[in-house]
Amino acid sequence: MAQKRKPKLAVWKFASCDGCQLSLLDCEDELLAVVGAIEIANFPEASRAVINGPYDVSLVEGSITTPHDAERIHKVRRASKFLVTIGACATAGGIQALRNFTEVQRYVPIVYASPQYIQTLNKSTPIADHVFVDFQLRGCPINKHQLVEVLSAHLNGRKPNTPTYGVCIECKRRGTVCIMAAQGAICLGPVTQAGCGAICPSFSRGCYGCFGPKETPNTDALSRWWSDHGVKDRDIMRTYRGFNAYAEAFRRESEAHEK
Amino acid sequence: MKVAKTRGKKLEVDFLARVEGEGGLFIKLQGGTVAEVRFNIFEPPRFFEAFLRGRHHTEVPDIVARICGICPIAYQMSSVHAIEAAFDVKVGGQLRALRRLFYCGEWIESHALHIYMLHAPDFLGYQDVIEMAKDHAAVVERALKLKKTGNELVSLLGGREIHPVSVRVGGFYKVPTRQELAPLAEKLKWARDAALETVQWTADLPFPEFEQDYEFVALHHPEEYPFNEGRLISNKGLNIAVREYDHHFIEEHVEHSNALHSQLKVRGAYFVGPLARYNLNYEQLSPLAQDAARAAGLPAVCRNPFQSIVVRAIETLYACDEALRIIDDYEAPDRPFVEFEPRAATGFGCTEAPRGILYHRYDIDEAGLISDAKIVPPTSQNQKTIEADLRQFVTKNIHLPKDKLTWQCEQVVRNYDPCISCATHFLKLTIVQEMPK
Repeated sequence: MAQKRKPKLAVWKFASCDGCQLSLLDCEDELLAVVGAIEIANFPEASRAVINGPYDVSLVEGSITTPHDAERIHKVRRASKFLVTIGACATAGGIQALRNFTEVQRYVPIVYASPQYIQTLNKSTPIADHVFVDFQLRGCPINKHQLVEVLSAHLNGRKPNTPTYGVCIECKRRGTVCIMAAQGAICLGPVTQAGCGAICPSFSRGCYGCFGPKETPNTDALSRWWSDHGVKDRDIMRTYRGFNAYAEAFRRESEAHEK
Repeated sequence: MKVAKTRGKKLEVDFLARVEGEGGLFIKLQGGTVAEVRFNIFEPPRFFEAFLRGRHHTEVPDIVARICGICPIAYQMSSVHAIEAAFDVKVGGQLRALRRLFYCGEWIESHALHIYMLHAPDFLGYQDVIEMAKDHAAVVERALKLKKTGNELVSLLGGREIHPVSVRVGGFYKVPTRQELAPLAEKLKWARDAALETVQWTADLPFPEFEQDYEFVALHHPEEYPFNEGRLISNKGLNIAVREYDHHFIEEHVEHSNALHSQLKVRGAYFVGPLARYNLNYEQLSPLAQDAARAAGLPAVCRNPFQSIVVRAIETLYACDEALRIIDDYEAPDRPFVEFEPRAATGFGCTEAPRGILYHRYDIDEAGLISDAKIVPPTSQNQKTIEADLRQFVTKNIHLPKDKLTWQCEQVVRNYDPCISCATHFLKLTIVQEMPK
């Protein structure tokens, strides 16, 4: 039987911290197996070599924040058969989407002495606002085991098994006492998608929403519970304005508490 | 690496690989001399210092971690030290030791990543570590296991490798027990041996002869190799407290870069990172690390940036050694953090990220909210020195074939392990040869 061609993988970066693509290199136990099954064709953080597209799988990290990137993402889409966005920047605009709640022109001079040199868009937007996305992997950062799962599922022609239920389920499963009930901590766990393994509550602190809104988030009920326990609107607003601030459910809820 | 030739005189490379982020390089040659060198950073601006305004001081360590996925702990550490300085909070004893231990984990994983996966392929002529693994399987396996040990230390103390969740102003949200740390000691003993082998392995790589009269800047502490605390010193007379940073350094905004260039007001370009730390703190290294440096033939002051790979290996060895010392002395503190009263004040913090000093300054108002923030990452401090190195290197090696010169110029940049997502990130290398008229 003729040997099957190895699928070609490309990794693309837009506005981000590089943490999600680093997750691929952090798969120390799986890395050599992954490169045995996949040809890494374009991954500038790891290699000088570039093999031309089209690519079977593209991993896209980062959000769109410049006119140049708004063009570049279309080229990436055209060169990619299966496009996966990885991380909160690519799936929701990231922490840099905090600009979306103000005018970015107010931000530029705070950081740069010569604002005229800076080219930037008024909003930081997720990849799916610009091109069709085949699969979204959430997280800030993504969970590397979920990344391996997505690649493995794709190679085997099945659907990736990444849950859309809430962090609360993960807390129950690992036996963590509810820190909202026991300590009155502000915790986004009830409205946040699982995936991290409920790390924060296991460290005695509230979830801060790295994986974005879960499938059916009742943010209104959660905010009301906080209000009843004396949390001020301003603090509720800030809690939703984190790494997934521009994800629809979190955005609406934060705006409801903006005064 | 795309190479486009125009009339045989222009060489263009679309991005510089194996750096964390997006940047580029432009070099213009006129006849036999270098007319212009520009190290460009295209990484889109993300405006952290702007959106930090109005955030609560307790949120800062988690937010600034997102500046860089490779060294989030550095950002968390500089920020908590700055905020604690503002509130006059002292974090000592085992909590202070745990912070050093946490930093050891980040140094081990970050240095192992850079030594083996980003830098070594250059010396051996491979495009990447995957290609290198075909001929050097045992070396790459050692690299991955070493990196993993650093990551395991970070995960144990912080919940995950990237953007760990345990750091808070005043200490940690949760601290480990002695029993929880014990299994790591066994792995770190293996890692210490692997790091020692790494020092020897890197020392045998072929190094181009290249030196400049650099001004090295690093933290210095009389009793320990610097992570979190110390004075800022240099080999040319700088000796200041962290809070005096803004009086001595200035950031410049140049047109070709989305990162600000930092320089000393009086003497201009300077050099931060492993080489600077090593040259200014050799005496503070553990005996084991000093012995390894001597055995590797590295002088107590090394001015060849290509040899930074050896110094990174020595620092990895030190970090394993130091981590083992801390674990051995560890007793879980009664409380995971120190209580404090917020107040309106300004705080300054500077710690040693794997790539060099990372300076933070925050103005905090009476409600505990950030009213102004300034963050100076290591890469923006090295940028001027990188440009100076390139100018010098190209002048010396102008006779080389273009492909080779291009690759070596990239290597000059990678000597600094530039983290461009920090300094804002895609490296594009362009060399233009203009013929004399």
